Amino acid sequence: MAQAAIQAAGLNRWFGEGEARTHAVRDVSFETYFGEMLYIVGPSGSGKTTLLSMVSGILRPSSGSVMIEGTDIWNLPTDEIAEFRLRKIGFVFQDYHLFPRLTTAENVAIPLILRKVAWDQAIKEAVGDLAVVGLEERATLAPVKLSGGEQQRVAIARALVGRPDILILDEPTASLDGDTGRAIVSFVRKEVLTDRRCILIVTHDPRILDMADRILRMEDGRIVGPEKVADREA
Amino acid sequence: MSGLLRIAFKLLVNDRAKFAALLVGITFAVFLMIEMTSLFSGILNRSSATVINIGANMWVMDPAVQTVANVIPLPDYILDEVRSIRGVKYAVPLYSGGALVKLHDGTYQSVSILGLDDTSLFGRPALLAGDIRDIFAENGFLAVQDSEFRKLENPTLGTDFEINDHRGVFVGIAHVATSGLFGVPTLYTTYNRALQYLPNARFTVSYVLVEPKTASDIAGIKRQVAAMGYLALTKEEFIQRISNFYKYQTGIGTNILLMTVISFIVGLSISGQTFYTFILENLEKFGALKAIGAKSSELVLMILFQATFVALTGYGLGIGLCALMIWLAKLNIPDYAAIITFANLALALAMVVVIAAVSSYIGVRKVLTIEPFDIFRG
Repeated sequence: MAQAAIQAAGLNRWFGEGEARTHAVRDVSFETYFGEMLYIVGPSGSGKTTLLSMVSGILRPSSGSVMIEGTDIWNLPTDEIAEFRLRKIGFVFQDYHLFPRLTTAENVAIPLILRKVAWDQAIKEAVGDLAVVGLEERATLAPVKLSGGEQQRVAIARALVGRPDILILDEPTASLDGDTGRAIVSFVRKEVLTDRRCILIVTHDPRILDMADRILRMEDGRIVGPEKVADREA
Repeated sequence: MSGLLRIAFKLLVNDRAKFAALLVGITFAVFLMIEMTSLFSGILNRSSATVINIGANMWVMDPAVQTVANVIPLPDYILDEVRSIRGVKYAVPLYSGGALVKLHDGTYQSVSILGLDDTSLFGRPALLAGDIRDIFAENGFLAVQDSEFRKLENPTLGTDFEINDHRGVFVGIAHVATSGLFGVPTLYTTYNRALQYLPNARFTVSYVLVEPKTASDIAGIKRQVAAMGYLALTKEEFIQRISNFYKYQTGIGTNILLMTVISFIVGLSISGQTFYTFILENLEKFGALKAIGAKSSELVLMILFQATFVALTGYGLGIGLCALMIWLAKLNIPDYAAIITFANLALALAMVVVIAAVSSYIGVRKVLTIEPFDIFRG
């Protein structure tokens, strides 16, 4: 059996106090494995972003635990959680969050620079990863000069550059047309799963659902049932 | 430079409009702060010109004297009493007063007259032309070649003039370290000629200039002079006393202080506001960095670096601009009194550090409160 990359157990998260208190995630448990691409899908407000934040060490759960490669991340001190994220997880944000004042290569190199890799070496590796996503010739341009699809690929290169074990993508196709979106997810799948790493994608884009290995569907903060793509298609 | 600081540097300088606005704000504030305080330093320096130029280590005066120009003559016996104090190496009289000089074109020009002890000529200036011994010749005066020299019609050796119905002759052209504050030329002559040519009250000694035998004798001399009912100050103390008078007993100090504070507030407002906007615009990006794995301390370091870099660059530009302006002003206005001192620079630096600290504090607070979770929520 494949090794578990993430094991979430009994996760709950409340926001607010008193009457304004909202139960965003309710008793969620799931596992995902290396070599697997797992989707978390559901309507807006169903709690999938909150769940993603908790399993990636960004938002502390009100209760429950998250084990990543056997480490209970929420038992670590704050700085160690940040260090853990830096070394183990690559993020692709919905709005990319690229720095407009840095070049494309410098944007991609950020995780390496945070890991204290020397500047020149970091840029060299970043350009290498830009080549992987087909944007080597764009390395010295500012991100604002790139198309939406290209910016998405830059964000993916930034997530991949540190060779993290787990890749987390938040609505990766939200701003892209259908063909580009599928091409990007397909590319990520090939790049990451070849090395038997793990991909977690939050989406509500039906155009890419068939590319998942497994789908968790959320409603009202609960997982309403795991669903394999093959089963769904059948 | 570490990679993180290099990113901070690029984020800052590549946003050219904001970087320029930040620099202009701080440069302008530093320029105004240094210009104001330099002007004040220049005024204070010139107000002590006589003390600096004469160079005596100790000055004995009436306790009511506030500035060197505000002379209250001492009885002649004070000179003898001071000379008899243990620890005094020598003591000489100094005449300091004003007069009107009638020039060749028939106009009168106010001048400041310093009468040096006839025996020693203690406090005499360095001569650019002439022989100091000629000061003992009939009607001998020295003219100081400073920014006021032209008001004497640019005299040469042998040029004569009229002073209080006496004939005077310039026998030397002198150079001094500091020009006076009041925009009048300075003439040197002997003590006795000053008394002879100029109208005097009952007492004639303006100051007694004292050279103590050793530095340890200064306290004893002060005590004994005080026992006589007079005041003995070291050169530095007298300069400080004059400075304090202009700082605290005239409106000059208050006005300069107000202008400096206003400059500081203007700089703080422009820089603080611009830096805050800069941070706000990059807030999501800082949040993304946090999500990727940057520690809060690293983000704080980036912001501190940016604020410090802007502050020090603006500080350097402000100093350069101020020095340039003072230089240009002195080219066209010889009387322009402004001196950039280390104290001015330190004060401006302290204020720039406060501007940088406040700006970074605002930025740091904002960045520390951003939650990476907000980045996911969009």
